[in-house]
Amino acid sequence: MENIRFQALAGSHTGYRLLLWLLIILIGAGLIAAHHIESQGHWVTGMDNRVVWGLPHVFAIFLILSASGALNTASISSVFSGSDYRPWARLSGLLAVALLTGGLAVLVLDLGRPDRLVVAMTYYNFRSVFAWNIFLYTGFVLVVLAYLWVMMTPGMHGYVRSVGVFALIWRLILTSGTGAIFGFLVARDAYDTAILAPLFILMSLSLGMAVFWVTILTMCRWNGYRVSSELSEKLRRLSALFILGVLYLVALHHLTNLYMAHHLGIERFLLVDGGVYPWLFWLGFVLCGGIVPVWWFLDRRFCAPAWSLTAALMVIVGGLCHLYVIIIGAQAYPLRLVSGYRVDSGHYDGEITHYLPTLPELALGIGGVSLALLLTVLAVRALPFLPTVTGPLPGSNRA
Amino acid sequence: MTHRFVIGSLMIVSLTASSIADVTMPSYPKGKGERCVEPTDIMRRDHFEYLMHHRKISVHLGVRSKRHSLVGCVDCHASQADNGAYIPVNAPGQFCSSCHTYTAVKIDCFSCHAAVPDDVEKQ
Amino acid sequence: MTDPVNNKPRRRFLGGTGAGAALLAIAPGVKLVDLALARDEDEPASAETRWGLLVDANRCATDCRACVSACEDEHALAKTGRKPLDPQWIRKVELVDESSDRSVSLPLMCQHCEDPPCVDVCPTGASFRRADGIVLVDKHTCIGCRYCMMACPFNARSFVHEDVTGQKSYSPRGKGTVESCTLCVHRVDQDRTPACVESCAVDGGGALAFGDLSDAESTVSKTVRSQPHRGLRPDLELNTGVRYRGV
Repeated sequence: MENIRFQALAGSHTGYRLLLWLLIILIGAGLIAAHHIESQGHWVTGMDNRVVWGLPHVFAIFLILSASGALNTASISSVFSGSDYRPWARLSGLLAVALLTGGLAVLVLDLGRPDRLVVAMTYYNFRSVFAWNIFLYTGFVLVVLAYLWVMMTPGMHGYVRSVGVFALIWRLILTSGTGAIFGFLVARDAYDTAILAPLFILMSLSLGMAVFWVTILTMCRWNGYRVSSELSEKLRRLSALFILGVLYLVALHHLTNLYMAHHLGIERFLLVDGGVYPWLFWLGFVLCGGIVPVWWFLDRRFCAPAWSLTAALMVIVGGLCHLYVIIIGAQAYPLRLVSGYRVDSGHYDGEITHYLPTLPELALGIGGVSLALLLTVLAVRALPFLPTVTGPLPGSNRA
Repeated sequence: MTHRFVIGSLMIVSLTASSIADVTMPSYPKGKGERCVEPTDIMRRDHFEYLMHHRKISVHLGVRSKRHSLVGCVDCHASQADNGAYIPVNAPGQFCSSCHTYTAVKIDCFSCHAAVPDDVEKQ
Repeated sequence: MTDPVNNKPRRRFLGGTGAGAALLAIAPGVKLVDLALARDEDEPASAETRWGLLVDANRCATDCRACVSACEDEHALAKTGRKPLDPQWIRKVELVDESSDRSVSLPLMCQHCEDPPCVDVCPTGASFRRADGIVLVDKHTCIGCRYCMMACPFNARSFVHEDVTGQKSYSPRGKGTVESCTLCVHRVDQDRTPACVESCAVDGGGALAFGDLSDAESTVSKTVRSQPHRGLRPDLELNTGVRYRGV
């Protein structure tokens, strides 16, 4: 710890300023989109009475899961005494707060009545896991801010471990709650399962790690700091482990469904003949977001940072594809109204709903991501989040 | 110091007095009937409390008393044009907007609630 | 089979001469809407009542849409011009038996479950079940998150995707909130029957019956006890207030 000094991002970097302007423009576009949706009504989006949660929710859930997972590094360093991770613990906490803020922003701005946010914060139905999540999400921001505070305030380092444990437990409950949003829905064949809670935990670990990779590799370019090879090796193995965990639980979920005759329809739709969904699942998630990154993370020939960055980006894209299948694919498939009967109505029963995302939805989702990134890049400029050393790199200086 | 306090108070009092006498106070068409269900000064101050309470008991409990219902307000306070058509009660210059524009308090009732009485007499 | 009654003021008492005079004979064996003692306007709805709707699919014709039209008129459900966004509080559904290809037509609306998934998931409690069994959306507290629409096993709920005008005074609805069949609660609270039931009796096949399932003497209650009825998705054990026969 003595070898690590933290500082704000110093100097002027062209890439930094370009990124800043780009993010501001994207946030502006997101806000315009949100205003357009709220003033006109949701008819300007691709969502309708069958597919009620669309692309914005894919981005929002992605950001929330990444936020929870981004705290990995801090958790490992504080709770599991991984000293190699300590230089990046502060950035990890910052990312967690920023990503969650972005995710919450997208969720709130997509509400039918975002002006009623105060109602959402004062009227609670505690049977609803969504209501619990409102507490969990806002509380997470406060808990991680407290975590950052004890990490960054001299004299408070004695509390880092206990606050870190608290944040870890909070994370696990939060991510389980996010999975439970879907898992508690009995109506949909693709949901109605407890496995979604641990699946979302593993997804958060995998996505959070991927976002963390992208962030630290970018910061290293600006900072001149290098991720030590020991830490890099650990992070790569951990990333591979998390991705394999996700693949395992997804495989388990779908295999189990295949044993249930009443779930064969949804499985065939999502995995075989559902149009865009099987492509996103197999190509986007399993191959590009799963198998290939695992290979690159584990194979020593791909240990250069450029490979890790690419693998991380692929995991992110794969995660978005997977969330698209989970959230939208499940809604596109018709409900089983009466077992043993085919359903037909003039009103889309028994039919696949064709959902096409629109520009406002994309702008809103990208706006949320940009907000998260903007908070991060501004904060690293203002406060000492980034590590720098005056002596030898940690990890190469073990006692 | 004292003289500043005196001048300040005089300014406040005179401004208040002049605003009371000011011509730009809200004015709106008169409602039906002799008087409202509650006295005017109480209604001005507390009408939202009545509406909030009433909406809760009517929606959640099914209490359908008419005294403090929004439908009742609209029935009396919606004015009619020369051809007999009802003017929305929240239209500019009408009953709700006149005070609400004056006080700059935005109301949301009529994005959902009908701002005119129904054509057919309801029971 | 129940029968619509003339619109009457609140204090109508079953069995009285007034009731007899109000009887509308549409078909033999017709009875009045069976009601418990009429509820005073200051009284809240009571848990001793459980409103139920019986649907006899045998009497429901495939090409009849009387119930749907009546609902659209009653609540001023204007079309949006974009069909997937249109509000639908009740719709006609054709069920085809996969083993026999026999088809049956029936109306599908909010099932007013006793254990509604939509009520469980609503974060603000806007989706709620009234004491007398009617499941409603309190649009004052609805934030438009659409979680209840994800949760409903029947796709019974609609989201209002654009500005609404021309609402009826008894049926407020507005952009950004979720809505569904209210069992014509404004009528029920005035001792009348839902619009769909009334119109089916007059213009349709008389497939719908409405009454108090908790009242052992009510027609619906007796019908449910004497003839087999089922709810949709019985595997979910929602104990729906809407029961179907002939499915």
